[in-house]
Amino acid sequence: MKILIVEDDLEAAAYLSKAFREAGIVLDHASDGESGLFLATENSYDVLVIDRMLPRRDGLSLITELRRRNIHTPVLILSALGQVDDRVTGLRAGGDDYLPKPYAFSELLARIEVLGRRKGTPEQDMVYRVGDLELDRLSHTVKRAGKEILLQPREFRLLEYLMKNAGQVVTRTMLLENVWDYHFDPQTNVIDVHVSRLRSKIEKDFDQPLLRTVRGAGYMMKDEAAG
Amino acid sequence: MQRLLGRLTALYRTTAVRLSAVYLLLFAACAAFLVFYVSSMSERLLQQQMHEAVAQEAGQIERIFDNSGMNGLLRTLERRARQPGANLYIIASPSGEVLAGNVAAIQPGVLDTEGWTDTPFRYQRYQEEARGTSRPMAYAQVIVLSNGLRVLVGRDLGEPETFRNLVRQALMVALGVMGVGALAIWYLIGRNALKRMDRMSDASQRIMAGDLSQRLPTSGSGDEFDRLSESLNTMLGRIEKLNEGLKQVSDNIAHDLKTPLTRLRNKAEAALAAGDVAEHRTALEEMIGESDQLIRTFNALLMISRVEAGQAPAEMSAVDISGIAHDSAELYEPVAEDAGLGLVTEIADGIEIKGNRELVGQALGNLIDNAIKYAEGSGGEPEIRVSLARRGGDVVLSVADSGPGVPGDKREEVVKRFVRLDASRSKPGTGLGLSLVGAVMEMHHGRLELDATHPGRENNRGLTVRMVFPVLPD
Repeated sequence: MKILIVEDDLEAAAYLSKAFREAGIVLDHASDGESGLFLATENSYDVLVIDRMLPRRDGLSLITELRRRNIHTPVLILSALGQVDDRVTGLRAGGDDYLPKPYAFSELLARIEVLGRRKGTPEQDMVYRVGDLELDRLSHTVKRAGKEILLQPREFRLLEYLMKNAGQVVTRTMLLENVWDYHFDPQTNVIDVHVSRLRSKIEKDFDQPLLRTVRGAGYMMKDEAAG
Repeated sequence: MQRLLGRLTALYRTTAVRLSAVYLLLFAACAAFLVFYVSSMSERLLQQQMHEAVAQEAGQIERIFDNSGMNGLLRTLERRARQPGANLYIIASPSGEVLAGNVAAIQPGVLDTEGWTDTPFRYQRYQEEARGTSRPMAYAQVIVLSNGLRVLVGRDLGEPETFRNLVRQALMVALGVMGVGALAIWYLIGRNALKRMDRMSDASQRIMAGDLSQRLPTSGSGDEFDRLSESLNTMLGRIEKLNEGLKQVSDNIAHDLKTPLTRLRNKAEAALAAGDVAEHRTALEEMIGESDQLIRTFNALLMISRVEAGQAPAEMSAVDISGIAHDSAELYEPVAEDAGLGLVTEIADGIEIKGNRELVGQALGNLIDNAIKYAEGSGGEPEIRVSLARRGGDVVLSVADSGPGVPGDKREEVVKRFVRLDASRSKPGTGLGLSLVGAVMEMHHGRLELDATHPGRENNRGLTVRMVFPVLPD
């Protein structure tokens, strides 16, 4: 995966470069809006990470300009503003995800991986499969090894999101955002409790675990047997 | 002298004085126009009257001459000439030689033309000749009798002129009085306004010097100065409150963040001293956890101040608060259950308010989270009740627990930032949860009510927190 980071804080950029390289992600860096626009137009990236406040051209105008030029690379907006309606204005300008500063690197990485992969996978898949677990989005049924598992509607959506992003780390905040449509810090372990209930339902009678807890980051759905 | 000049300059700078100067000028112009108009109209009228009188007399003279001949005419004229304020009479020969009359001298040529004299002419009476006074002006008509003699009947112009002078004099006096009066009134009004402005700027000076408790003076008359002062005072009140909040927050931040930072530092130090890689790893993980908690606290703080700044009204829209209540209850239900508590809902469906879904959701989340935290293992009924109902014109969303509750005198306190009661210090949390709820309620023009769930009980009175949303007109 190759990403472009447009960030004027050089120290933060240097830290991100190192961290992303360790995570196996190739990275270009632009320190102002104009050079960011140039790079994003000239090269092809999987994800653009754009700070909202940039010299020479602010982040939102950069995104608007990219979309105007028919460049639809997924964009993650970083913002130190974090006002109540920042997310809305950011997404309205054409951003795909939004992360207020300060953020945990694991959170940023998880979101970028989900965004970068989004390009390739058709959303139209009607059945998600991980190992012997099968989720049918049309009939709203979940089966493991052919045996039906009964889930509450919210548990179904939770599993749906986890399976859609199978093989990717999904953070608690991402789950709260995508399954409950709330964008705040869940504070306590609310999400963990929901996940552990779901886990007990899909793993109770089976040896093979599918839903893994990634320490310090979140959860990952993965068929461990498949490697 | 200089001081007086300075004061007058300052006076002139006030709006009231400038305005009244403009009014005075306008008024004076109108008055002058009126007076000149009246005086010229009355002059014309007087002249017309004079004309008529002269013409009438000329006619009489002709008739008298026709009826009683030259002698009768002379007698009549003599009698008339002796009356006070008499007209001018001259009888002259056809060649222009003065034969009789009460005029000693006359501008030459007046007697030559028959009919009205075109312009006023100068003349002199006998008595005045002696005194040598200036020669007055008159209008006259010259008629020619049937025997060829010329008779002049004239009238002095003194009367209309005196009248005109009188009117002009009156105008001058009136303008003078007006001017003086206006100056006096300006001075009084302007000085009064100036004094009040001075008091206001004195107060502002003190406020700028840092005393935010100062208020601008009001006179209680409810005039524009008072209204200005009142709205500025309201503004000052708000500023003072924000400022106090800021001060309180920075004090609390300093105090409350020092502890975790110290802990963080100690951990780093201890890890540095230990040589083992596994120990390093554990320490680093703990430090990340500690930092996350700090970040969380800062985020909560930022959130509160943003909400308190009262911005983003654009983000207020019609939201389904029943849906929020259901969602939040469902989100926290498993957590409650794990804590050995039942989460009971009494949610009226289909209620909408004007608000921000995110913030209301987060506020309710904080309340439920608190309820779970404090009711857990407290020995009360293991139950948390989330209810939503209309009460009068308001929409009330409440969370009730059976925990230890909050004593009546502490209820206002706990809403403040970083305030945690001693009993709760052992529980995890930032001390900011209720503050955010309070700020959210303020943004929604609602209020937060704290109450005991079971007021009669000794130990487990419980806490009921009500978010009261007024139903706002669209």
